Amino acid sequence: MTDDRFPKNLGALSRRDMIRLGLTAGAASLATACGWQGGPLMPAIQGASRLNDWVGEKIFLSSRHLAPQYPHSARTPEGAFPAYSITHPLPQLTDPAGWALEVGGLVRQPTRLTLEMIQAMPRVRYTVKHHCVEGWSAIATWTGASLASVVRLAQPTAAAKYLRFDSFDKGYSNGWDLESAMHPQTILAYAFNDHPLGPAHGAPLRLYSPVKLGYKLTKYLTKITFTAERPGGYWEDQGYPWLGGV
Amino acid sequence: MTEPSEETQAAAEAPQEIIAEPAAPAAPPVVEAVPAAVAEPEPAPIPAPPPTEPARRPLVKRHHGLVRLTHWANAVLLVGMIGSGLQIYMAFTHFGPRGGPYYPNPWDGKPFPLSVRLGGWLAGGLNWHFALAWPFVLSGLLYLGYLVFTGEWRSLLFRPRDVPRAWQMQLYYLRLRKEHPPQGKHNALQKLAYTSILLLGILSVLTGFAIYKPTELAWLTALFGGYQPARYWHFWAVWIFVAFTLVHVALVLLVDPASLRAMITGWYRGRFPSHD
Repeated sequence: MTDDRFPKNLGALSRRDMIRLGLTAGAASLATACGWQGGPLMPAIQGASRLNDWVGEKIFLSSRHLAPQYPHSARTPEGAFPAYSITHPLPQLTDPAGWALEVGGLVRQPTRLTLEMIQAMPRVRYTVKHHCVEGWSAIATWTGASLASVVRLAQPTAAAKYLRFDSFDKGYSNGWDLESAMHPQTILAYAFNDHPLGPAHGAPLRLYSPVKLGYKLTKYLTKITFTAERPGGYWEDQGYPWLGGV
Repeated sequence: MTEPSEETQAAAEAPQEIIAEPAAPAAPPVVEAVPAAVAEPEPAPIPAPPPTEPARRPLVKRHHGLVRLTHWANAVLLVGMIGSGLQIYMAFTHFGPRGGPYYPNPWDGKPFPLSVRLGGWLAGGLNWHFALAWPFVLSGLLYLGYLVFTGEWRSLLFRPRDVPRAWQMQLYYLRLRKEHPPQGKHNALQKLAYTSILLLGILSVLTGFAIYKPTELAWLTALFGGYQPARYWHFWAVWIFVAFTLVHVALVLLVDPASLRAMITGWYRGRFPSHD
């Protein structure tokens, strides 16, 4: 046995292979370089996002999976709970008394709900973790009416598969699947940490659910529309995952 | 350089597989048996090569096509997963709940340069990350399935009995032991490294799902200590992958460059034929 620990001749093929590997690695790092978005691969990446929406809706989502609840002591200090809006300064109603939520589209009972009517509905209150698409999380208590009871009130037709939520925040809107809307923890919230919702968190009424990322939780609600086609949304139309389920 | 015919290769392979059995306790130095195996042609009209030419190393089949495919797929996918992951990290460069305090992190509050990011912005990074995650999982499952199906896991899995062998191997590397310890396909330290990196891959996938669906998979997220801890472990896995890859590539190039060819073509002709 000859122990040539440092072979001098690696062989021509081996050297060629190394060049080949270098080219492959180079291409891979070029692809990563410069914050490349995807170029010609963009349609494939968007297609994969659709597939992930399907997986999220059909496999992960379940009305029986309830988000864990936390004690009040686990709440995030209110000043540390971020709030986003498109309009700056914060969107606010000029005539809060005249506000009402319109519920329409593919429904048998189009309806108009005032804040008092929504507050008179059975109350859901929970302290849950909020997940932002950016990666931060915060805990707060939310109070509102179950969206499922509003859906039952409006009686969507068989053709209705989606909901579109509109706001008075400069065209901010979201599209939802019906099952997430019917989740027992999906609510139309009017209170944050046991006090009325302020303008930072979507007053007078916002959508809330621990089964969706924050950007799906439309604030400053004006209208709910039942549709047969999947509605777009402010961030979704720009490329964010449509389902946004957590 | 021409490759040997199929028969010669098969002949060269078969006896070595027996040698590779770690069960043979007082096996003679593994390498010495190899030229004999090569020099014994099966139909045997060709005379054995003259003894003046013993330095020619045997060409042996080392890696199955599936192993090579999943290895390189994994390499490319990992680059994409890390690039898009760092892009996602940019949106919130801390670990820990809002209101702090944040977990210790040398990159806390720091951006990563554009050159290592994939996706361009948060949505792009997310879409890339979630698109590549499936082939990444698939390639991992294919490889694990191969290990289980062929029984090759035996030559790869680090088990308690490998602890003293790993120690001996370490002594050899520290030049405190002269003889290279006998081994099968991999030495005990390689087993430790490859077993660990497989576990790291599994950990990355599981923490990834824990971050992806912290409500639907609340039990999994709880297993890692919650959403923010899961993000934290997921992030640290990146640096262990990077460190492993640097050492892995350095060892291939410095210690056994022929193994690079083996991972590309499947055939190995190098100084560690005892691996096979």
